[in-house]
Amino acid sequence: MSRISKPVLEAEALTTSRVLGLVGCLAAVLAPHAMHVPLWITLIVACAMLLRAGFAWRGYGLPATWILAALAVAAAAGTWLSYGMLFGRDAAVALLILMLCLKLMELRSTRDAYVVVFLGYFGVITNFLYSQTVPMGLYLFACVWLITAYLIGMQRQAGPRSVVALLRHSAVLLGQSIPVMAVLFILFPRIPGPLWALPQRSGSGVSGLSDTMAPGTLASLSLSDAVAFRVEFDSEPPPPSLLYWRGPVMWDFDGRTWRTGEAEVDFRRDVITSGNPIGYTVTLEPHHTRWLFGLDLPAQVPRNGIVTTDFELISLRPIRERTRYHMRSQLDYQIGRNASPATLSRGLALPDGFDPRARALARSWRETAGTPREIVQRALNMFRQQPFFYTLVPPELGMNSVDQFLFETRRGFCEHFASSFVFLMRAAGVPARVVTGYQGGVMNPVGNYMIVRQSDAHAWAEVWLPDAGWVRVDPTAAVSPQRIEAGMDAAVPAGDPLPLLARTDNEWIRQMRFAVDSFTYGWNQWVLGYTQERQLAMMARLTGRRVNTQSIVLMLAIGTVVTVSVLTYLTMRRQRRRPRDPVVALWDAFSRKLARRGLPRRPGEGPRDYVARASRELPPELREQVEAVGTLYVRIRYEADPPARAAASLREAIRAVRLDTR
Amino acid sequence: MHGILKKWLPQSKKTLMTREIQSVLEAIGAILLGKQDQLRLTLACVLARGHLLIEDLPGVGKTTLAHALARVLGLDFQRVQFTADLLPSDILGTSVFNRETGGFEFHPGPVFSQVVLADEINRATPKAQSALLEAMEEHQVTVEGSTRHLPEPFFVIATQNPSHQVGTFPLPESQLDRFLMRIRLGYPDAAAERALLAGEERRAMIAALEPALDARTLQAIQARVRATHVAPALLDYVQAILAHTRRSAEFAAGLSPRAGLALLNASRAWAHMDGRSAVLPEDVQAVFPSVAGHRLIASAANGATTGDEAAARVLATVAIP
Repeated sequence: MSRISKPVLEAEALTTSRVLGLVGCLAAVLAPHAMHVPLWITLIVACAMLLRAGFAWRGYGLPATWILAALAVAAAAGTWLSYGMLFGRDAAVALLILMLCLKLMELRSTRDAYVVVFLGYFGVITNFLYSQTVPMGLYLFACVWLITAYLIGMQRQAGPRSVVALLRHSAVLLGQSIPVMAVLFILFPRIPGPLWALPQRSGSGVSGLSDTMAPGTLASLSLSDAVAFRVEFDSEPPPPSLLYWRGPVMWDFDGRTWRTGEAEVDFRRDVITSGNPIGYTVTLEPHHTRWLFGLDLPAQVPRNGIVTTDFELISLRPIRERTRYHMRSQLDYQIGRNASPATLSRGLALPDGFDPRARALARSWRETAGTPREIVQRALNMFRQQPFFYTLVPPELGMNSVDQFLFETRRGFCEHFASSFVFLMRAAGVPARVVTGYQGGVMNPVGNYMIVRQSDAHAWAEVWLPDAGWVRVDPTAAVSPQRIEAGMDAAVPAGDPLPLLARTDNEWIRQMRFAVDSFTYGWNQWVLGYTQERQLAMMARLTGRRVNTQSIVLMLAIGTVVTVSVLTYLTMRRQRRRPRDPVVALWDAFSRKLARRGLPRRPGEGPRDYVARASRELPPELREQVEAVGTLYVRIRYEADPPARAAASLREAIRAVRLDTR
Repeated sequence: MHGILKKWLPQSKKTLMTREIQSVLEAIGAILLGKQDQLRLTLACVLARGHLLIEDLPGVGKTTLAHALARVLGLDFQRVQFTADLLPSDILGTSVFNRETGGFEFHPGPVFSQVVLADEINRATPKAQSALLEAMEEHQVTVEGSTRHLPEPFFVIATQNPSHQVGTFPLPESQLDRFLMRIRLGYPDAAAERALLAGEERRAMIAALEPALDARTLQAIQARVRATHVAPALLDYVQAILAHTRRSAEFAAGLSPRAGLALLNASRAWAHMDGRSAVLPEDVQAVFPSVAGHRLIASAANGATTGDEAAARVLATVAIP
């Protein structure tokens, strides 16, 4: 053991099975990276692993150092070309993976294998830079299990052990480390904010609402099963018809696309509310834009957010990580009764030259109807009485999209209805705007919280009435009341594509999904969301006073020591739990007695040797008693006919040895 | 009175045995100077009815030891010099046609002897080696279809040059296992060497030796050795040692159960030579390096260490239960 020195490790060549095992472990660790690295890296890694395994299998020699050096330079160059840099998360991970594969090509001795094993552990961590979900956590835990088993196999020089035995040993080791892991998790000091500054990502990869809306924008979202946010209500959730989660408000229309335009922030609130606000906590999934969502009408500004005059909630920073905030909303409200003329004229603007038929229709309403309220009613009646259909697969629209929709296709998704309704209102002289956001949400009975998915994305309208201010009007509700009351899956005609898991046919699958989502929510909340703030709060609750990072470090040190000690004690006690011979117990007591005089018994020291050594070291007057103990013990334990009352006489003999230091 | 007699009688008999053993040791010790430990181990090996392998350079007294031992124990002695061209029949014997009787007559080889010295056993081919090793194991030889028993007691001392010398066939591990012990003589210390240089010729001294025992007494002692008591606690210790060698990363393979039996027998002989009727852990420790040294195969990572050093480490590590 102490003799294993570096030259020995260097000299010892690796067996074929060791190389194959290591390549296998590494393949398992690096496999998840295939999801995001460029294809050429995946191919090179796969080739390198297959080649190395082939070399080991056929017993070929490995490539020369200069070839490897050239390959290393080429790998760095390739990474540079792909990423434009060698640093940063993506480039550095790609480079690490490539170099790891080149290291496989110079895997000769045991020492190299150790290096690769430890790099493998590091490779496990790099996966967490990309995904922190429960399945990934479980997968990587399995990888650690595998690598550890391999490491145990390497440590054991004698005779091969079966893979099952190694895995069992590894599982025991990991199991024993779980308490320490828990202590580290709870007490390891957290850094506020994300540990790695994640690179800027364009919105394309992540679905979510954006600041524009064109026909088809929301319909594409409606196929996404991804969770937008989850909500925990402080009390009973409101009925579905009031679940309007307010998002971007669109003002500017160019004939096809609606845009939010410039947001105004006005500190004079033009609001009248009645009734008590309802409180709830939103856990928002990262969507890389700055929208925050709240029930209509937000009565509070979330931390690190602002509210605009049209009651959009905007975060000060893009939402790049899961964000949790508490909100309050007023369900009964009036806003914008004293809207400024500028605002109202903005709510009437229309692009010139588009959609003449819709304009003509609106003009006729304006001429015949007495009040704006009646104009609104007429528009809704049109949607309700004429054959309009709510569908996820609306036909393509051309140049005059509003005309085409209103008079020809008449099949559309919520954005078609909201867009054309607002167009008609503006053309009829009623200020109006499009509001996007989410509508509805499903209560998860398992975790008692509400899930709002991307497929719940919705668009509706707000019109300005002189006596009531901005009033919410949902033309989709006029066409398809089920969409609002029972959710999208009830509203969409059979045969339309729907996210597979949003289908509600199978009760059992639904329950499973709720259970899984509830678990994910808990994981996000308590494992990933265990930030410095929460850690400090929890410690403060446990200890009853304020704590800071220093005291947490101290608690960490104490906690680790205590946990390791308890584990060690339990393990040792289990090993020692065999029924003890009283004679052996007495002999051990005697040894401890002598040990207190500086004469501990060595593990491999026989009784005669020990007693002889002790009587040499002890003062002469004790010699006889000590030797008597030794003789008696040897007789009892090793000879054919032990004396009667053996334990009692041994106890007496030991008592006779008076070692009290004078 | 009766009780006291009963208690003392076996004790006195034991002392008698010990005295004989003592005289054997003294007689050989006068010839082979400064090698008390090796002599005791050699005798223990004889008393445990095992065979002995001496591994050392030529000229350190291997032959002298074997010859003197045979002489003092009152046994007949044959020496076989192993060479590369040695044939099995040179060891076992051969049948020769007798013209007078008109039949074949078996001429027994040197193996038909109570003490056989197989000198430089690793110089012979594996075929010749295995002829002797089989005889050692079976205590009988089969030549031309008929089985012949070897004399009792039967004791083989084989000597082996360190195998890195030129022209040797090192014994494989499976054959090494047939030797109860392996010892090394080593160079004598300065005082002993000086006495050796100044003293008489060893050959003459051996010729002048008086037997201290005879075959019958030796067999009686061997029987008594086998009856030496082994307590359960001691079995636990031996088993712990065996288990440790199998678990430890230091060895490519641990000790076999047969090695465990050998260790126990050698420990019995050692205890007996010490005048005791029960084996103590110290006895096991005394013989362990010689019994296990050639049976333990160091693992690749520990190639540099010899078996004896590894054995010492085992003893220091394994706790006595």
